[in-house]
Amino acid sequence: MTGVRPDTDLVPAAQTTTFPMGVLTRRNRNPVIKAIARHAVTIAIVIVILYPVVWMIAASFRPDGQIIGRLGLLGSFTTAGYRHGWAPDSSLHFSRFFLNSFVIAALSVVGNIFGCTLAAYAFARLRFPAKRILFGILLATLLLPYQVTLVPQYILFAKLHWLNTYIPLVLPRFLGVDAFFVFLNVQFIRAIPRELDQAALIDGCSSWGIFRRIILPLSLPAIGATAMFTFINSWNDFLGPLLYLSNPSKYTVPLGLNLFIDSTGTSSLGSLFAMATLSLVPLIGFFLASQRLLVEGISTTGIK
Amino acid sequence: MSTAVRARRREALTAYGFLTPWLIGLIVITIGPMLASLYLSFTQYDLISAPKFTGLTNLRNLFNDPQFWTSVTVTLRYVVISVPLVLATSLLVALFLNRAIRFLGLYRVLFYLPSLIGSSVAIAILWRVVFGADGIVNKVLALVGLHHDSWIGDPSTSLYTLIALNMWAFGGTMVIFLAGLRQVPTNLYEAAAVDGAGWWAKFWHITLPGISPLIFFNLLLNTVHAFQSFTSAYVISGGNGGPANSTLLYTVYLYQRGFVDFRMGYAAAMAWLLLIVLAIFTAILFATSRFWVHYRGDEQ
Repeated sequence: MTGVRPDTDLVPAAQTTTFPMGVLTRRNRNPVIKAIARHAVTIAIVIVILYPVVWMIAASFRPDGQIIGRLGLLGSFTTAGYRHGWAPDSSLHFSRFFLNSFVIAALSVVGNIFGCTLAAYAFARLRFPAKRILFGILLATLLLPYQVTLVPQYILFAKLHWLNTYIPLVLPRFLGVDAFFVFLNVQFIRAIPRELDQAALIDGCSSWGIFRRIILPLSLPAIGATAMFTFINSWNDFLGPLLYLSNPSKYTVPLGLNLFIDSTGTSSLGSLFAMATLSLVPLIGFFLASQRLLVEGISTTGIK
Repeated sequence: MSTAVRARRREALTAYGFLTPWLIGLIVITIGPMLASLYLSFTQYDLISAPKFTGLTNLRNLFNDPQFWTSVTVTLRYVVISVPLVLATSLLVALFLNRAIRFLGLYRVLFYLPSLIGSSVAIAILWRVVFGADGIVNKVLALVGLHHDSWIGDPSTSLYTLIALNMWAFGGTMVIFLAGLRQVPTNLYEAAAVDGAGWWAKFWHITLPGISPLIFFNLLLNTVHAFQSFTSAYVISGGNGGPANSTLLYTVYLYQRGFVDFRMGYAAAMAWLLLIVLAIFTAILFATSRFWVHYRGDEQ
């Protein structure tokens, strides 16, 4: 797969005579007006799409009584929702849920990188019996619906007395269970020139040494994408914690939010909105910090 | 024994060393549970007493269970309506953005954002409010003189709020299309322009075949994902697929049977049925792909 061309290829419509596509050139309307119209339509779509999120952020800073029933963004300003939702003395104590979510996400990221890169190196570089069959199985499990393994996994973890611990959420990551990320890393490692391995081999490196000194440092983009998407998946995961965690002190942020809807009426909507907004911050923060890597990663590998 | 054979054996041993965690995972977390799930689907099991083999009873009960059929209908409606809408929207917006336009990088990020957060509980909560009786959708409609009750609370519209949520997160699919469009060779368009081809002819004969591998990929992935969506339906309906089972997606019903009623055998049977349906769908899609998916000769 070839990468996306970087944005610098794109020349503003008004300054160029050769368009990437010859579609526009036939017409002789003013290209500046066309460009403005195009931006106006795009911005309008963006506003329609993102307005609900902006509205939620604005609503999270308004008092409880001013949240529902307004279309606009303005109202009295308060941070009460944030303070109440975060406070350790409130019934729902989101500082705890955020800490739990971060611990699970961090362990998942470490685990997924460990499990996936090890397996990926073997598939991409080493020769061993049954390789084709195992790689075929890996590809087959890419599209396996998670429900098929859900019930017995639950039974297994219940029999091991691991319910209400983070083990069921984290251990599978260390075992590279998510075939997609193994595949992603295999594809990436395959593209690293083999001459580097051979040079290291001549210098006396073992397979482990090649993996550690050559492959890992050179596949940092793939590892970065793995880390990012593992974090996002883990942070958004609802079903896993819902199944395995029953003690509220162990709850993750999504479970806490869901509990919040059940246990409160419309009375503390401010806190609900504040905590919902806060739960999006790590996602959006990580995304913006690495959007280039991420969006180009998606368009070339197809992760969603 | 030659050194080559010995080296080969060592390499195999090393490889299996690297593969050990993955192999344990494959056996203990994936294939083992898959087979266990198949066995359980022929049993009655409540997690406390031992599984009791009941043959095809689960399957028979499923086919006589009106709620099961409701969940099948709801899921099919959800998939059949939302997947084509997501694909069409993504393609349209991608075509629109695939021009020499400034700030493309920024627009791409903004369009992508919803698919990053779309399956979160936070957005499900937002959706409950946005489509509620007093929500911003109704506020906008009121501006043009239309009045409507809660879209979430009305069984005839509730599923459409989930479809809207799936559509809202079209950015992930759009970004893939956009990447594909930028790889369609521009000389084809130039040649077509010389031949006097219009906009539609170019789209139909160059663009669509050019991105058909990505249409295939997005169709497959979106369909498989749509069949498995859970969080939004669960949170928006308060866990019961309501009102009046109108948002009872297959996975929500499976969750209820398995982990609320602890009818593990029944849930396992449902899971295997889903696997079979998805496998058949995937096989059909792959079988038809050679008629409409074109891979360019200059690519491998």
